[in-house]
Amino acid sequence: MPAKQTLFEKIWDAHLVAQPSGRSPIVYIDLHLVHEVTSPQAFDGLRAAGRTVRQPARTVATVDHNIPTEPRGTPITDLIAAKQIAALQANCKEFGVLLFDMDSPEQGIVHVIGPELGLTRPGMTIVCGDSHTSTHGAFGALAFGIGTSEVEHVLATQCLAQQTPKTMKIDVRGRLAEGVTAKDLALGIIGQIGTDGATGHVIEYAGEAVRALSMEGRMTLCNMSIEAGARAGMVAPDEITFAYVKGKKFAPREGEWEKAVEYWRSLPTDDGAAFDKVVEIDAAQLCPFVTWGTNPGMVAPVTGRVPEVGSLKESDRRSTELALQYMGLEPGKRIEDIGIDRVFIGSCTNSRLEDLRAAARVAKGHHVSSKVRAMVVPGSQTVKRAAEQEGLHRVFLDAGFEWRESGCSMCLGMNPDILQPGERCASTSNRNFEGRQGRGGRTHLVSPMMAAAAAIAGHFTDIRNWKFQ
Amino acid sequence: MKPFRTHRGRVAPLDRVNVDTDQIIPKQFLKRIERTGFGQFLFYDWRFSADGKKNAGFVLDEPRYQGASILVAGKNFGCGSSREHAVWALSDFGFRAVISSSFADIFANNSTKNGFLTVCLKEDEAAELMRRARERSDYQLTVDLEQCEVRDEQGFRAQFPVDEFVRHCLLNGLDDIGLTLQHEAEIAAYEALHPVPLQPASARP
Repeated sequence: MPAKQTLFEKIWDAHLVAQPSGRSPIVYIDLHLVHEVTSPQAFDGLRAAGRTVRQPARTVATVDHNIPTEPRGTPITDLIAAKQIAALQANCKEFGVLLFDMDSPEQGIVHVIGPELGLTRPGMTIVCGDSHTSTHGAFGALAFGIGTSEVEHVLATQCLAQQTPKTMKIDVRGRLAEGVTAKDLALGIIGQIGTDGATGHVIEYAGEAVRALSMEGRMTLCNMSIEAGARAGMVAPDEITFAYVKGKKFAPREGEWEKAVEYWRSLPTDDGAAFDKVVEIDAAQLCPFVTWGTNPGMVAPVTGRVPEVGSLKESDRRSTELALQYMGLEPGKRIEDIGIDRVFIGSCTNSRLEDLRAAARVAKGHHVSSKVRAMVVPGSQTVKRAAEQEGLHRVFLDAGFEWRESGCSMCLGMNPDILQPGERCASTSNRNFEGRQGRGGRTHLVSPMMAAAAAIAGHFTDIRNWKFQ
Repeated sequence: MKPFRTHRGRVAPLDRVNVDTDQIIPKQFLKRIERTGFGQFLFYDWRFSADGKKNAGFVLDEPRYQGASILVAGKNFGCGSSREHAVWALSDFGFRAVISSSFADIFANNSTKNGFLTVCLKEDEAAELMRRARERSDYQLTVDLEQCEVRDEQGFRAQFPVDEFVRHCLLNGLDDIGLTLQHEAEIAAYEALHPVPLQPASARP
């Protein structure tokens, strides 16, 4: 009988091209996603070495990180950003890579368009020069972020030499309560295991609460794996996965579909397969979370308080003091008493149709606080169109939110969407690092519903008590 | 790639944990399409005020740490974004190695492609080096990849783990794309067995 294997091990083994002795295994990469920021030096490297893109048909590019979210057609005033976009366009043309460009009806954040185009499928190996590539693991794929040198490596060889990561199972017992979302689950996990809790590991999320998540929720959860230090995050494929993939533009069509699904059904972790590490999470203990500090592990329940430094263990005191100083927060302050200036609903974590629906449900019939500027940035043009068909943009606009074009936007502030020094933002993105959304800006990570509620209240408020209209 | 064998140099202490790559090189500098010239932007928001003037008191600008080529920092160094620009900035600034008790995976991986060494020591060892770098003037260390050892001239000596293949590539300055391409036959054989079409379903034969 073959050894019992985890989902990760099945995919890893199926992609081993060579295992040279004394060297890292060489792993085949099924899909390479490319964007403007981490690829120009890689294409330059190819040219300098006289190499080419080995598999243009397995390489897909888009522009997302530094593009403006003003109406399309508005000239890009940042000349260095414009040059970087032009470089990607030229590189894709030269090497025959499919590009979803700024004017494409399918442009969007790379981790939003991969799944919605059906490029992302169970059992695949997927890489991108972006740490949030872990998002695609939601489909039961092995997907991880790489640096520019490895981007060049994959362009040239369609392979990567990789040390075998360890495996970690995060078993989420029970169900999430109303108002507690995949984002809160992710923040709760990171709060518990820390921002380096999964370093060197590929996480498989399992348990009743995970199985109950939609594909959008699973993507949110897997997206934040990197914030726990994980190499990747995965969820075993099931009927929810297959239903999502079916009929997508690049998905297997009639005739190929049954065979594909049969293979996908063989992927889930075998009963009794061993993980290097197992973490148990009690879903009933989770609630809507708000980060108060400068890394995603610095998290508190919305009903809680900013920590008292004295109550912490010695080793955490200094980093907490530095974080509170940067964030301009007094120890012990109630989370619900923290007032905000800005709201950002978007990013590869929370910019999909389900996220926008959840935020719109909160916003409906209310108005953004007069002291808050709030923006909604759909993850892709496809999401934007679908939201507009449902009238979500009307709900947001009527409530005083801005409704913008798709891109990474204020998640990392590479485009003009940034916080001003000292501004405090409720954000559905993934990182609250110092300066992440703009120099001196203060980021609090929350779910889309919590962000929308904060926009209206002007401060954080418990979504579980919200008066929906 | 520049080989890394043994390096001796001045040590600068960065006494912070979880130093993320957004701090190492802020996003406004990622729009450049070159691989060089990032050193001037290293730790930019910590080193410079918003109007571009130097902030007083940032450790790397203290006179006694000028010319430092080894950085010792708190745990989980290099977490966050995959931007290789972080390694390029550290290298271009003049660093050859970072010592910490743990590193984020992607940062550590990126380092190996640039002849830049991440030295992972035990927590108490890293803390001791932090102390020495802060207390002693012109504190120097030798980072020896051949012996997998860090040592000073005052009796400190510690071994560090490193993947054997990574060590081989670093010692010899090898281009690992070239090494992978030595397996051309195996890659081609794999591809022959795994034709995963990425064309739109409507365009497939």
